[in-house]
Amino acid sequence: MEAINTHKGLVYPLNRTNIDTDQIIPKQFLKRIERTGFGQFLFYHWRFDDDGNKRSDFSLNNAEYQGASILLAGENFGCGSSREHAPWALADYGFRVIIAPSFADIFYNNSLKNGIIPIKIAESELDEWMKAAEDSQLVLDVNLENQSITDGNGKEIHFDIPEYHKEKLLNGWDDIDLTLHQEAKISAYEAAR
Amino acid sequence: MGKPETIVDKIWKKHEVHKEEGRPDLLYIDLHLVHEVTSPQAFEGLRINNRKVRRPDLTYATMDHNVPTKNRDVIKDQVAQNQMETLKKNCEDNGIKLADMYHPDQGIVHVIGPQLGLTQPGKTIVCGDSHTSTHGAFGALAFGIGTSEVEHVLATQTIWQERPKTMQVKVEGDLGPGVTAKDLILAIISKFGVRFGTGYVLEYTGEAVRNLSMEGRMTVCNMSIEAGARAGLISPDETTVEFLKGKEYVPEGEAFDELAEEWLQLATDHDAVYDKTVTINAEEIEPQVSWGTNPGMCVPVNGTTPDLNEVDYREDVERALEYMGLEQNQPITSIEIDHVFIGSCTNSRLSDLQKAAAIVKGKQVKSGVRAIVVPGSFSIKLQAEKEGLDTIFKDAGFEWREAGCSMCLAMNDDVVPIGGRCASTSNRNFEGRQGNGARTHLVSPEMAAAAAIEGHFVDVRKYAELVG
Ligand code: SF4
Repeated sequence: MEAINTHKGLVYPLNRTNIDTDQIIPKQFLKRIERTGFGQFLFYHWRFDDDGNKRSDFSLNNAEYQGASILLAGENFGCGSSREHAPWALADYGFRVIIAPSFADIFYNNSLKNGIIPIKIAESELDEWMKAAEDSQLVLDVNLENQSITDGNGKEIHFDIPEYHKEKLLNGWDDIDLTLHQEAKISAYEAAR
Repeated sequence: MGKPETIVDKIWKKHEVHKEEGRPDLLYIDLHLVHEVTSPQAFEGLRINNRKVRRPDLTYATMDHNVPTKNRDVIKDQVAQNQMETLKKNCEDNGIKLADMYHPDQGIVHVIGPQLGLTQPGKTIVCGDSHTSTHGAFGALAFGIGTSEVEHVLATQTIWQERPKTMQVKVEGDLGPGVTAKDLILAIISKFGVRFGTGYVLEYTGEAVRNLSMEGRMTVCNMSIEAGARAGLISPDETTVEFLKGKEYVPEGEAFDELAEEWLQLATDHDAVYDKTVTINAEEIEPQVSWGTNPGMCVPVNGTTPDLNEVDYREDVERALEYMGLEQNQPITSIEIDHVFIGSCTNSRLSDLQKAAAIVKGKQVKSGVRAIVVPGSFSIKLQAEKEGLDTIFKDAGFEWREAGCSMCLAMNDDVVPIGGRCASTSNRNFEGRQGNGARTHLVSPEMAAAAAIEGHFVDVRKYAELVG
């Protein structure tokens, strides 16, 4: 996994709660056996109509949000299925940071394994940026090391993230490698059963 | 005597491989269930890194999500076909047991685990599928994982897990006649919301839960994830032991008696402390129907869709009503359906089919309604046929299918068309879940059967004596 520390990027505001993984990547795209190329299917039925044309009523299609790499969303982002295709699609589309008041557990874990920083920020704090990004372009600067987000207008928000998640993202560590350091313990555990 | 412990404490302690202050624990996994959709990239990862499956003997695979349920030999979708062949090859290469499409043990992964007795109290169970919580019905700690974690478990037979908080969901009193396990879990999610379980393992307790069959308990635990909880479980008791006796992967004779004794010891101790407790009164629960686009958007069948002036998150409710093609304050019984799906890992077990058949028997599916029954496993299908349930359904105008996930997520050909409205015994009513533009109403098998006959939702308690 690629290491990530700071990320500055354009914000896309998606002010909906309980955005489930079926919306993030619909099931018809789960049949592929690769990890790559899912970005084109992100939010598929919100972005495209039944004939595959871009919908004008979904703002991710708007010119001002092209190149967005920071997603702001409502409570419980990523609920539903465990499909890792959801963070694969988000990452492949270009999102590196997702900011929401809360995340579904499995999605949160899956994001961390794919170099996406999931950041929890209280709804009240997020509100202002959500509105700002809806009204015009907003660029945020995320610093994982310092656990801070700034908007260039003097607003700075501090966020919490468990130390071990932070460490892994900062270093781009592979979980399996880390675990295999404990191989002797796993073998001992198996022997003792 | 030590400090009283919850079942989660007991299972956790027994599976800790490594512990370090301020970090997740490394937990050993007793059973890893695998299916075709979330595993190919994991096996590929192993191959790229030259790693092996550590414990093929603790791994079990099946095909369920993509399989055709009409005619096994007709897979129109090459990409789906490739995914299934990939699973077959991965299992062969790694020495993993696979119940493929034609295997007598094939079925939905969360149906066959219990049916084979692979699922047992006290086990840690994972699967690349969020409804793995189903296995918690047996007092196992079971949760869904993503594909990277699937790869991790394949390679190491362990997983890094933060110790979850525990929440008791206490169900007081007993369910009324004609009120089912499905109504109970829908009522719980609707009362406490789709994220009340986030970060917790739920333990369902109380009289109503004790009185549920293992099938009913699986229905309840299955939907824990719809409350945001990765796992939900029920302490084992005699019902659990009775169910597992004689199952293929469960020891017999004295070994069984010893094991059963161990299982019963796992139950949460009297006076054990949960991080949180919520309470619901079973007597007040009525048959439920979901009206919206998440499983918390549910009301009693005699209720109405919400009043927009009385809801939080008005925009979300408005969006949901619009997607569902419903008005505010609309009576649920006025909603006409054109599809009925009886199936999925929530409600496709033999007793589900028996109850639905009891209502359907001798009647006709309303004209204009397409109704299908998809048994959860091949063996359930056979048993149902032995009992003549297939004939009851077919005579009434239902389609009778092969086992699989089918219309629960519509990855195969079983799709609800755009604008179609389905009474479904599955677990998710998300936008597009059963097909692009499809509208899903989550209900019990009894409610789905009654809706098939009447063409709209009815208070299914009027059929209660048929179901018995
Ligand atoms: S039946 Fe539905 S919810 Fe259950 S495993 Fe299959 S697709 Fe998932």
